[in-house]
Amino acid sequence: MLEVTDLVKVYPTGTRALNGVSLTVDEPKVIAIIGPSGAGKSTLIRCINRLVEPTSGKILLDGVDIASLGRRELRKFRRRLGMIFQEYNLVERLTVMENVLSGRLGYVSFWQAYRRRYPPDDIRMAFQLLDRVGLSGYENTRADALSGGQRQRVGIARALMQQPDLLLVDEPTASLDPKTSRQIMRLLVELAHERGTPALVNIHDVGLAQSFTDRVVGLADGRIVFDGPVDRVTAQVLTDIYGEEDWSTTIREVEDEEEEREEAGVSRSKPPAREKKDEVTLGVAEGE
Amino acid sequence: MSDIVASTGADRSRWRPPSMIENPVYRGGLAVLAIAYVVWSLAALDIDWQRVGSGFPRAMDMFVRMVPPDFNRWELLIRGVLESVQMALAASFFGMILAVPIGLCAAVNLVPKPVYLVARFIVVLSRTFHEIIIAILFVKIFGFGPLAGVLTLIVASTSFISKMLAEDIENMPPGQLEAIRATGASFPKLLVYCISPQALPRYLGVSIYRLDANIRHSTVVGIVGAGGIGQVLAASFSRYDYDFSLAILLTIISLVFLGEFFSNWVRSRLR
Repeated sequence: MLEVTDLVKVYPTGTRALNGVSLTVDEPKVIAIIGPSGAGKSTLIRCINRLVEPTSGKILLDGVDIASLGRRELRKFRRRLGMIFQEYNLVERLTVMENVLSGRLGYVSFWQAYRRRYPPDDIRMAFQLLDRVGLSGYENTRADALSGGQRQRVGIARALMQQPDLLLVDEPTASLDPKTSRQIMRLLVELAHERGTPALVNIHDVGLAQSFTDRVVGLADGRIVFDGPVDRVTAQVLTDIYGEEDWSTTIREVEDEEEEREEAGVSRSKPPAREKKDEVTLGVAEGE
Repeated sequence: MSDIVASTGADRSRWRPPSMIENPVYRGGLAVLAIAYVVWSLAALDIDWQRVGSGFPRAMDMFVRMVPPDFNRWELLIRGVLESVQMALAASFFGMILAVPIGLCAAVNLVPKPVYLVARFIVVLSRTFHEIIIAILFVKIFGFGPLAGVLTLIVASTSFISKMLAEDIENMPPGQLEAIRATGASFPKLLVYCISPQALPRYLGVSIYRLDANIRHSTVVGIVGAGGIGQVLAASFSRYDYDFSLAILLTIISLVFLGEFFSNWVRSRLR
């Protein structure tokens, strides 16, 4: 599905943000990309839809190299890549509905976009998504009147309106409080699994990454230093990614998470990674 | 380095913010230079105090002849005012339209560098000359009358509104543009879906402000013969009809007040 090979990005300032990153996404799983600030997480995600132009390397989406596409072709490919941002990046003065429908901008004509005349199917899908993300009745509210969590829900709906083949998620919770963060992560993971859409999620919060994702990619200094299932993330792995630190509290957080699930009636037994995905989904469904 | 030394100094209960210019010699030298400059420029002005003195009685004489204001030729007055308002309205309208393409091209985050540079050059060039100079130029080309005035005000309005529009777009948070681009939207769609809703209220606000400014400026460009109430005023001064001049000045004051009031009222409603 997605195959990134030897991706390098050198910014004009000389910063080597990515130093030969190779990554394969071949299952509809949620992949956390963790790493210290400046490790190249944002750059990696933005290179995939070329909001940042990669310096060299290949980005194959179903066999087509995104890195070498012309402008027109690139726009077509961007429709298949839904993006969710840390700062939500809604068009503030537009309504919630207009923001959600903007996910269809790559499909409608200029005049349809200008007059906001979307096909009935798009509008139906938008209403369904609004219901699904918990914003029923908000369609005519202006985006700047929403809270952070609500904005991110609109951001998620907008990305899903594209019916993307891959979700690129850049720090979805970094501007949110802990409770809202968990709710948003839960929603995101749930929707990704529901639709069978793989998602690359940049995330600062290791605890959140461990409790909600299937696979973890650790980035340090523009290189991948860890890539594996979430239960193989140990104190040693975190030290490789972030550097020396006492990780016992971070690891304990995972245990808390397990207990939480136990209370919710899910068995504690360590399942293999494959089943673990279902367990997360299950836990989420009960939590809502 | 130096602040580390300072903080390890003996008295740790005293602290002053570091000076903008650290070297006391430079600091003192700069002060001396500044004083010298003021003294020199005053000397260079070569003020003739005798002429200043003789100006006072003449001013008194003028003021005495101004009161009471003479509103007998009100038709002339009304015609001048209407012409000024029409000039201002027309200039604002065309300025608003012309400012859109220029303003978009002058926003560095939207267009390629060469387009940006050309647009910025146009904006800077049209702002280089004061309206009076442009008005003189247009009066020479198109003759006396409101056409020259309207063209002058169009140039001024266009450059003002487009500069404001460009700066507003440049100050937009880049994330929104990024998000819309990421959906696969083309540039025209980005324009109507993201830039236009975000920039519109301020664009309208600036345009209304400019209408108000154009009413003021239309009275000024008239003085060099570019039509409007200003031209009537200039004529009355040159004929020493000071009482009529005062009538015109009072009219201009109330016109500008009205314009300002209207502009504030509309802009307070735009959010």
